[in-house]
Amino acid sequence: MLEVQNLSMRFGGLLAVDEVSLDVQEHEIVSIIGPNGAGKTTVFNCMSGFYKPTGGKILFEGKEVQGKPDYKISRLGMVRTFQHVRLFSQMTVVENLLVAQHRHLNTNLISGLIKTPSYRTKEQKSLDRAAYWLDRVGLLDLANREAGNLAYGQQRRLEIARCMVTEPKLLMLDEPAAGLNPAETKELNQLIISLKEDYNVSVVLIEHDMSLVMDISDRINVINQGRPLASGTPEEIRQNDDVIKAYLGEA
Amino acid sequence: MAANNFRHALFCAFITLIISYPIIGFNLEAQGINVTLTGADATTIVMVLLAAVIVFLFQMFREQIMGGLKSIPHPLPQSNKEPMAENRRAKIESWVLTGIVVLALFWPFFVSRGSVDLATLVLIYVMLALGLNVVVGLAGLLDLGYVAFYAVGAYTFALLSQYTGISFWLALPIGALLAALFGLVLGFPVLRLRGDYLAIVTLGFGEIIRILLNNWTTLTGGPNGIGGIPDPTLFGMEFGRRVKEEGNTSFHETFGIAYSGEHKVIFLYLIALVLAVFTALVIRRFMRMPVGRAWEALREDEIAARSLGLSRTAVKLSAFTIGAFFAGFAGTVFASKQGFISPESFVFLESAIILAIVVLGGMGSQIGVVLAAIAVTILPELAREFSEYRMLIFGAAMVLMMVWRPQGLMPMRRIHIELKRQE
Repeated sequence: MLEVQNLSMRFGGLLAVDEVSLDVQEHEIVSIIGPNGAGKTTVFNCMSGFYKPTGGKILFEGKEVQGKPDYKISRLGMVRTFQHVRLFSQMTVVENLLVAQHRHLNTNLISGLIKTPSYRTKEQKSLDRAAYWLDRVGLLDLANREAGNLAYGQQRRLEIARCMVTEPKLLMLDEPAAGLNPAETKELNQLIISLKEDYNVSVVLIEHDMSLVMDISDRINVINQGRPLASGTPEEIRQNDDVIKAYLGEA
Repeated sequence: MAANNFRHALFCAFITLIISYPIIGFNLEAQGINVTLTGADATTIVMVLLAAVIVFLFQMFREQIMGGLKSIPHPLPQSNKEPMAENRRAKIESWVLTGIVVLALFWPFFVSRGSVDLATLVLIYVMLALGLNVVVGLAGLLDLGYVAFYAVGAYTFALLSQYTGISFWLALPIGALLAALFGLVLGFPVLRLRGDYLAIVTLGFGEIIRILLNNWTTLTGGPNGIGGIPDPTLFGMEFGRRVKEEGNTSFHETFGIAYSGEHKVIFLYLIALVLAVFTALVIRRFMRMPVGRAWEALREDEIAARSLGLSRTAVKLSAFTIGAFFAGFAGTVFASKQGFISPESFVFLESAIILAIVVLGGMGSQIGVVLAAIAVTILPELAREFSEYRMLIFGAAMVLMMVWRPQGLMPMRRIHIELKRQE
């Protein structure tokens, strides 16, 4: 469903991403790994429309999306999270999820002012969906708290829930396990698998936590210094000499 | 530490001396055709010295004084108390507000004409501040040229009445919509800008409108302004002593009461009151609607908002347009109230005052903004006796305010949307 072909991104003299290709099939979890500064997040930024790539193509469901504005890409069904959690911290947890459903809501000003039935139904639906996902990530009890006051692990889960209420087809997670303790990582692991199994969402994952990556990925792409180094199943990557040298360590 | 303090205080006192002595002490006096410079008399010198001593003492004991200021109990008792249950407070709040509005409806019949006139002006500022509050407080876009939309509203009514003889009631929506259109037009080029840059561009836009009005003499009359703007009518009844327009009747004749100039003033006040309440209610509603949440989301984290499919363009434009719409409302009422407008009413200082109201009231807080609008409009009027020092007092009050309550009179309390548990 997603195909990235020879993606390049140049910032002035720095070639941050050089001819990276990857593809994601439906119902699949694909990981991007690589040392710090390898260009993984830059790839994400190109895919989600924050950067306009300087070369290459990105095809989502057969349509070229490179260079499209970020909000349009998001509306197509490619939604991302961020390496550093970006919640609307002064809004409540449930409001965070309502903002995410903006495009599903009746945004007509007049019908909102006089509360037409269609406006009410949609508002109620979005509340229900928010409640469902809060329950799903175990935050229902905290629904009316300010998002900024949540614990870090809860914020991470809320960010994923916030993506899921937009009903994406492809979820891009940028280091979702960063800063989580082992127990939380395990929960996250199960959550991601369930997103794939139960909600039919494909996932692209950037992650440093090797156990998580090896556990849940269907395929792995390794990037080093902006260039693709290897790709394959977790087994193949584990045994790839180049990868071991560059990333997993010489030993 | 103490030595440092002393040096600082001495320096401040010295600065006070060298600034205030030439300004207050020296006088130019005309003697025949010559102008002579006379020095200060004894009392002025004593006053200047006294001022320097006060500055010295304040700087010397600054920490203690500021500490004392902080320990003044907060004027809002609930800030210390345990907050009430959300729904109960909302209920009380709405009752109190309704009560105040009802009081405001009957109040003008018992007070002097001057106070009613002033109150109308307050209400115009309330409308303006509520509108700007959308742009600055909710959407987080610093707009320094807000007065331009106010001018568009006022001039729309003035020009239309001059050229087509349009009535107030028709001009009201037209003025507001035209102002909204200007908001939309201004919104486009400044979408990419944030913070300081946005402030500068909007500042420029405000000046462009004012200078345009000033120089397009053939259309707007330039600095001479436009006069003879009609008063609003009540179902075709005019409030003047004699009916100006064919087919209209006059208010006092219809009801068989003696003519009084006050009727018109009170009627204008009531219109302004209704419009201000309407503005407040509509914006309050917007805050709970998807559009209001989108404003706040974009203010809090633009990148996250965009990643969730919110169009920055649409959200920012809606804030600008809606803010401008209410400025247009206020402008139309203002034009009708004054009966005469000129570009002088729409200088940058107006923008600054409206912004000051929003900041003083507490960004995003509607009640706070209304209170601040009342304070900022009435304070200079009360201080009229000190005419020359009015702005000085105004400035001092603002500084004190910011030291004492930097988050504004009534900091914004977000209207939360509660998720109710289905048991």
